[in-house]
Amino acid sequence: MNPAIEVRGLRRVFRVRQGLFARPREVVAVDGVSFAVPAGSVLGVVGESGCGKSTLARMILGLMPPSEGEVLVDGQRLDTMDRRARARLIQPVFQDPFSSLNPRRRVRDIVAQPLAAQGDIPRAAMQRRVAEALERVGLSAEQGGRFPSQLSGGQRQRVAIARALVLRPRIVICDEPTSALDVSVQAQILNLLAELRRDLGLTYLFISHNLAVVEHVASEVAVMYLGRIVERQESEALFRDPQHPYTRALLDSVLTPEPGLGVPDVGLGDIMPDPANVPPGCRFHPRCPKAFAPCATQAPRLTALPTGQVECHLAG
Amino acid sequence: MTPLLEVQGLRVTFGTTEAVRGASLSVLKGETHCLVGESGCGKSVTSLAIMGLLARGGRRQAEVLRFAGQEIGGLGERAMSRLRGDRMAMIFQEPMTSLNPAYTVGSQMTEVLRRHRGTPRAQAVDRAAELLGRVGITAPGLRLGQFPHQLSGGLRQRVMIAMALMCDPELLIADEPTTALDVTVQAQILRLLEGLRRDLGLGVLLITHDLGVVARIADRVSVMYAGEVVESAPTAQLFGDPQHPYTRGLLACVPVPGKVKRGDPLGSIPGVVPRIPPGFAGCAFRDRCDHAQPACAGAIPRRAAAPGHEVLCTLQPGWAGRQAA
Amino acid sequence: MVRFLLRRLTVAILVALTVLTLSFLLTRLSGDLAISIAGPNATQEDVDLIRQAYGLNRPLAQQYLDWLLRAVQGDFGESYFFKDRVANLIAHRLPITMTLGLVGLLMALVVALPLGIIAAVREGSWVDRGVMLVALIGQAMPSFWLGLILMVVLGLNLGWLPISGTGGWEYYVMPGIVLAFSAIPSLMRLTRSGMVEALASDYIRTARAKGLSRLSILVKHGFRNAAIPVVSIAAVQLGFMLGGSIVIETVFAMHGVGYLAWESISKNDFPVVQAVILVLALIYIALTLLADLLNAVLDPRLRTA
Repeated sequence: MNPAIEVRGLRRVFRVRQGLFARPREVVAVDGVSFAVPAGSVLGVVGESGCGKSTLARMILGLMPPSEGEVLVDGQRLDTMDRRARARLIQPVFQDPFSSLNPRRRVRDIVAQPLAAQGDIPRAAMQRRVAEALERVGLSAEQGGRFPSQLSGGQRQRVAIARALVLRPRIVICDEPTSALDVSVQAQILNLLAELRRDLGLTYLFISHNLAVVEHVASEVAVMYLGRIVERQESEALFRDPQHPYTRALLDSVLTPEPGLGVPDVGLGDIMPDPANVPPGCRFHPRCPKAFAPCATQAPRLTALPTGQVECHLAG
Repeated sequence: MTPLLEVQGLRVTFGTTEAVRGASLSVLKGETHCLVGESGCGKSVTSLAIMGLLARGGRRQAEVLRFAGQEIGGLGERAMSRLRGDRMAMIFQEPMTSLNPAYTVGSQMTEVLRRHRGTPRAQAVDRAAELLGRVGITAPGLRLGQFPHQLSGGLRQRVMIAMALMCDPELLIADEPTTALDVTVQAQILRLLEGLRRDLGLGVLLITHDLGVVARIADRVSVMYAGEVVESAPTAQLFGDPQHPYTRGLLACVPVPGKVKRGDPLGSIPGVVPRIPPGFAGCAFRDRCDHAQPACAGAIPRRAAAPGHEVLCTLQPGWAGRQAA
Repeated sequence: MVRFLLRRLTVAILVALTVLTLSFLLTRLSGDLAISIAGPNATQEDVDLIRQAYGLNRPLAQQYLDWLLRAVQGDFGESYFFKDRVANLIAHRLPITMTLGLVGLLMALVVALPLGIIAAVREGSWVDRGVMLVALIGQAMPSFWLGLILMVVLGLNLGWLPISGTGGWEYYVMPGIVLAFSAIPSLMRLTRSGMVEALASDYIRTARAKGLSRLSILVKHGFRNAAIPVVSIAAVQLGFMLGGSIVIETVFAMHGVGYLAWESISKNDFPVVQAVILVLALIYIALTLLADLLNAVLDPRLRTA
């Protein structure tokens, strides 16, 4: 069986011009990313702001062409696919339920939008499928007649999920789906996403900066740093025994609600990663507490792990 | 010991909306008190009301609002501005926008000292450099001459903290100081706040929505819901034996690595935060509560579950334990 | 900073060249110059003679280069009507127009800035609404009409100020008020909206949390940031005032560049009209450049990007 998502050597360069006569600078947002997500599983992608995780999501959704490399969805190359066929296969859920819904349209029209874009679905079938999708995400028919501004943050995110599901896609790209929500609402949405995946056999690419959330939902986790995946492992193995010092630092910085443990010393300096200025050698070395001689000059090779891979001079 | 900050029966209204409905809390010298709750519960408004920084249209009333033994509820704007930045300081959630883009770090830091102490410029600059070093900024001399847009979010928050310390305040109020930052930076900033509290004997009132932050840094916790403090206890006590159904629900919602099996549902609180109409009586949580009873619509007693552990609920303290047994 | 300056300067020079070219082309496009100079009763021979004398028989590119070279040196030829060098005429009259513009701008700023700030501080109050109403009325009033009203009231009825002519400071007051009136609404509105935005910002909350004085919060932290768009508009307004001086100077009979333009237009004095338009355009470009520089001084993000 084909993997649900496969990306090969994906790279995205932005040219940033800062003025009419300034020389454009190159910002490499995603730099040589390859992975495959088996159907029915959840790949979690974690990393700090500016690591390229959202750019990755937009390329997989076909919203942005890659500079190099290719994206395969269900074995088909994304760039050869018709826009409507792509929409039937893969759908997004974004972070901000406040800005991703059109404020002037009713919930049921928002949810019907992807169906209407297909162009060949009869009206009665559209209405039936919208009602189905709303019920699926726990919204009432009455709520379907409201405007986004009349709903709470959690309800809006349910609308976004209903809109993503109405075409019955196989893959959903979740880009920080709960980051703007309160914990109690976050729990509701995470439970809903888990239930939908189980019942509908969905595949998720789940992007988040919150490791505790990713641990809860993902079967496999990829850790991104300055455009590269520096470690990828099955979730359990990664959380039990992280191989990359950056993964270690991310795990250490998770503050679980356990009193008495204090705030951990993550051991990273105060140099922040800058995608416009990627360090030579291992791109993590200026912040790495374990850096040694080769890190500053040589890029680390990919080392295979029992359930994944890591890019670090310390591995292998 | 007299508390450094004592608040009783704080009410804040914006027009007919009651944002804070009789909140009480106190902060001791050298203690970190966390005020935790979800968005819209009134925690930020509470902190702004204490500082006298409410936005236009906000009205504050309090039975007691005492700072270092002095009642400050009746002070005018002029007298409050003498306290602010001097003996009580505040930092905010958005380090990217909380500094003035038009002035250098040095200029913004030194003006605090010049305003409150009349310190000569050169001396104020020395103090600013010293504090930047204290908050873990390397090359303070360089940073003093830089503008906010030249610094990362983490650095800006450090600058905000250093600026708050210019006059050696007794109380520091921090409103979601790490929410906008990356997790690795969050840990660094929280360690810094923890060190400052310990070394300088600061009283810290930290506003947050993150129970992880609360557990790791607070000495004492107050949980806010719909404008009221529904439970308050020493940290270990609150996490070990939460009494209010809302606190218990909130704790169950947090995914903890290794605690809930992957894919198993997390605990959650049904419904949404209600809109509280003027003249509302009883417990604001009762419509979402599994243990609601008729008494919840009446006056809610404030009970002591243990020494220093107060809860605003009709349930008898210890109900949860008995229920489990 | 140096890079920013060079960039702005390059743009300004390019715009100036475009203006020069356009003003050359406009005179050439408006028909055969030799015929219009020679007048309606001229014979073909006269026209040929004029074409020879003015070099109009050469290729267009050569004429353009020749004209450009001389224009850059400040040589705009000779006026047909005043029988004087055009450069002399302009040099003589420009100071009057510039003074008038600056007086107008100064008056506008003195009124608009404080009112805009007060309106913002008391946003939504009757003060705010009153100020905005005045702005609306000001915008709706034609400047020549206001000029006439002032002449009747201040000049004729009260006899406080001279009605027209060129002379000492008192001759600048009325036209200054008229010019200021046209600029006040936009300056005031911009000051107000800039201040409203600034006062609602997080850094103002920080300034308050620092216990700074009200004056420092309003002016040092608030107005400093609100001033950035105001500076740009003030420069543009000064440009408008100089352009608008054609009307005002005519109404008040002040012998500035605007009056000169009016006279030359009515006398078909081509070289003068062309030169006045050119000079005003160049001043406008220079003002925009100046505004950019002032903005760079006010906004460090522009300087250090």
